[in-house]
Amino acid sequence: MVSAPAVEQERRAREAAARVPDPELPMLTLADLGVLRGVRVEPGGAVVAELTPTYSGCPAMAEMRADVAARLRAAGFARVEVRTVLDPPWSTDLITAEGRRKLAAHGIAPPGPAPRRTGGPVPLVLGATRHAVECPRCGSADTEETSHFSATACKSLWRCCACREPFEHVKEL
Amino acid sequence: MSPAPETPGTSQAAVTPEPPESPAAPGSSPAAGTDHVYLSLAEEHDDDSGRWAFGTGFTDPLHGVDTAVPPGVDGAALASLCLELADDALVQAQRLAEWCTRAPELEEEVALANIGLDLLGQARLLYARCGRADGTDRGEDAYAYFRDPADFRNVTLAELPNGDFAFSIVRLLVLSTWRLAVLHRLTGAQDPVLAAVAAKAVPELTYHRQYAAQWAVRLGDGTEESHRRMRAALAQVAPYLPEVFASSPADGAAVRAETVSVLEQVLAEAELAGALPVPDEPGSADGREGRHTAHLAPLLAELQQVARAHPEATW
Repeated sequence: MVSAPAVEQERRAREAAARVPDPELPMLTLADLGVLRGVRVEPGGAVVAELTPTYSGCPAMAEMRADVAARLRAAGFARVEVRTVLDPPWSTDLITAEGRRKLAAHGIAPPGPAPRRTGGPVPLVLGATRHAVECPRCGSADTEETSHFSATACKSLWRCCACREPFEHVKEL
Repeated sequence: MSPAPETPGTSQAAVTPEPPESPAAPGSSPAAGTDHVYLSLAEEHDDDSGRWAFGTGFTDPLHGVDTAVPPGVDGAALASLCLELADDALVQAQRLAEWCTRAPELEEEVALANIGLDLLGQARLLYARCGRADGTDRGEDAYAYFRDPADFRNVTLAELPNGDFAFSIVRLLVLSTWRLAVLHRLTGAQDPVLAAVAAKAVPELTYHRQYAAQWAVRLGDGTEESHRRMRAALAQVAPYLPEVFASSPADGAAVRAETVSVLEQVLAEAELAGALPVPDEPGSADGREGRHTAHLAPLLAELQQVARAHPEATW
């Protein structure tokens, strides 16, 4: 049986971990981004938090791990372990509605639905097939991609043909 | 591993060497393994002022993942497969990073560095897997920094100098197409860690292949000069194709068929149909057996220089 204090402890731990900002997109928390897979308090009192990397080479993974541990310690948990979880892989579909709202509010176009993968080989599609991305500043759909890769692995670079502003877009993964 | 090609604007603090981190000895408390210099720094500051340059703290990329080799999986075969795929990725990442400050446009430089960063991440995960599978418990650094050219198992196409932009694009097209075909199949690998690493890599490689294919079309179907250079690049890459096909780890015929079909699709669109002769027979697996071109040694010398000069250093 789980005692009430244990449930309360787990809630506190989850809240503390969920508030950690993403190092590269600091307007989002790790919970908004969907990289915080779970937080639990083990019977001995140790907190185990699970994180999943966005991209294989995400350079911020070590800092995320350290930040989560630091927040949990600051919240009074003496024994903290942060584990990496690879399966299932992260997808932009895991970014919460709140996370998408915050991205747009900060001038970053949120991702559309990630491509659905079927069993066969991954098809190569050439030509203009990309969906329209709305300008997060003026809302125009008259936008164009200037580079598929931007300052971080998870974003592409766009410009708005209506308001002429450049903006970033979290690309679907 | 070596600090990745940092994308602009990601580091706020000056990079200061981290004090040595005590590696988590088997059996030590799990929390000890997560201790990190960032913790003390972050604790001294408010939430947002305690930022530290990141991308500089390297811990086991498989930290916390159950890495026991499951019964029924041949550890030696798993290790050798992981090593081949990791070496391909590391050597390719190093070549891609060399485009920094040299690419035709800033956007392309950022793109090539980003692709290299994905591959570096894949290499780290695969080296970590290899260290468990081969029973040596070596960490990623042992593989990346402390092996000599003859120990590397990458295909020689990956190690050739960058050449002009067209050559780098053709090489990226071939290697990303092949790698996507291989890793897509490995999402069903019997080893759950390799399967998870592969599943993570597939969407990344889909972007890499897309990038290379779009450039191939733009150059091939571009000006007379860009078309000429693409033809020259394809002719340079062609002799290395048999080796790539010789080394498909599993399901070689299907990997080869998929790779050839995608390459043909791109080259047709790029007005370059037939410009990359496809070998009838797989060639000899030179790189996979440690026989490399003269270009690998200087690449590794540069990659390994700091780690070998300061073997105990962490950063």
